[in-house]
Amino acid sequence: MKLRDFVNDMGLRVFAGEDNLDTEVTGGYCGDLLSWVMGRAKPGDMWITIMSNLNTVAVAVMSDVAAVLMAEGVEPGDDVIQRARERDVVLLGSDEPIYELAAAVSKKLGEG
Amino acid sequence: MPDNVLTLHYDIEGNDFTSAGEASGDVKRKLRMLGISPNTIRKLAVAMYEGEINQVIHANGGHIDVEITPQLIKIVLSDEGPGIPDVEAAMSEGFSTATEEIHNMGFGAGMGLPNMKKYSDTFELETEVGKGTVITMTVNIE
Ligand SMILES: Nc1ncnc2c1ncn2[C@@H]1O[C@H](COP(=O)(O)OP(=O)(O)OP(=O)(O)O)[C@@H](O)[C@H]1O
Ligand SMILES: [Mg+2]
Repeated sequence: MKLRDFVNDMGLRVFAGEDNLDTEVTGGYCGDLLSWVMGRAKPGDMWITIMSNLNTVAVAVMSDVAAVLMAEGVEPGDDVIQRARERDVVLLGSDEPIYELAAAVSKKLGEG
Repeated sequence: MPDNVLTLHYDIEGNDFTSAGEASGDVKRKLRMLGISPNTIRKLAVAMYEGEINQVIHANGGHIDVEITPQLIKIVLSDEGPGIPDVEAAMSEGFSTATEEIHNMGFGAGMGLPNMKKYSDTFELETEVGKGTVITMTVNIE
């Protein structure tokens, strides 16, 4: 299942990475503590978080997640969007809480 | 030096959260251009970034030297920061001296050094209080 399918079916906003939505999503990880994310998230994961700073982009780069999904209506600043574009990081957003998003991502992954 | 060794050097600015991660990102891009496996690159990038961000947060900056050979990638992180008084404590999961402000940025879980150890194939830490810290890691190329 590709990022594009998640964006369309879950009604996600795309802050950055419009051209990279063909990336395959293979799992999910939820967390706001960046070192936990780097220790535990797997490549290809949808990373669901309320963090939205420049370090979030760096962590997404290092850990090879498929995308960062910002929950609870959190919006990245222009500097963060700019950095994400430069680094080919996909930034997505939703007003839903982390729990709801994780459940929706998990359901879609199950649909294969 | 044999010509199949590539060396890179980076100076890391202390308390600069705008460019933190740029050095590790640069190494990651270079390794990708060299055709190194994604798994090796990811291990290296996470281990190096944890070291880089520790220099930014805890050591008032530092230096990173990278050596890429056909067999492995070696990273030497050196700083003239405060040093680490209790290495055993610092190496354990959950130990952190990070401030509230640092926590709000998403750091301070006390997982950085454990991640560096986990993702590297060899890990050595030398430190002296008041002098600084040198961490040497290698990641084998798959
Ligand atoms: N280069 C360094 N110079 C001085 N102290 C350091 C250095 N690196 C780490 N430390 C000390 O070791 C502790 C543990 O480091 P570690 O990277 O594991 O966790 P952290 O940086 O506090 O949090 P996290 O990495 O999870 O965001 C730090 O809180 C700090 O006290
Ligand atoms: Mg750390």
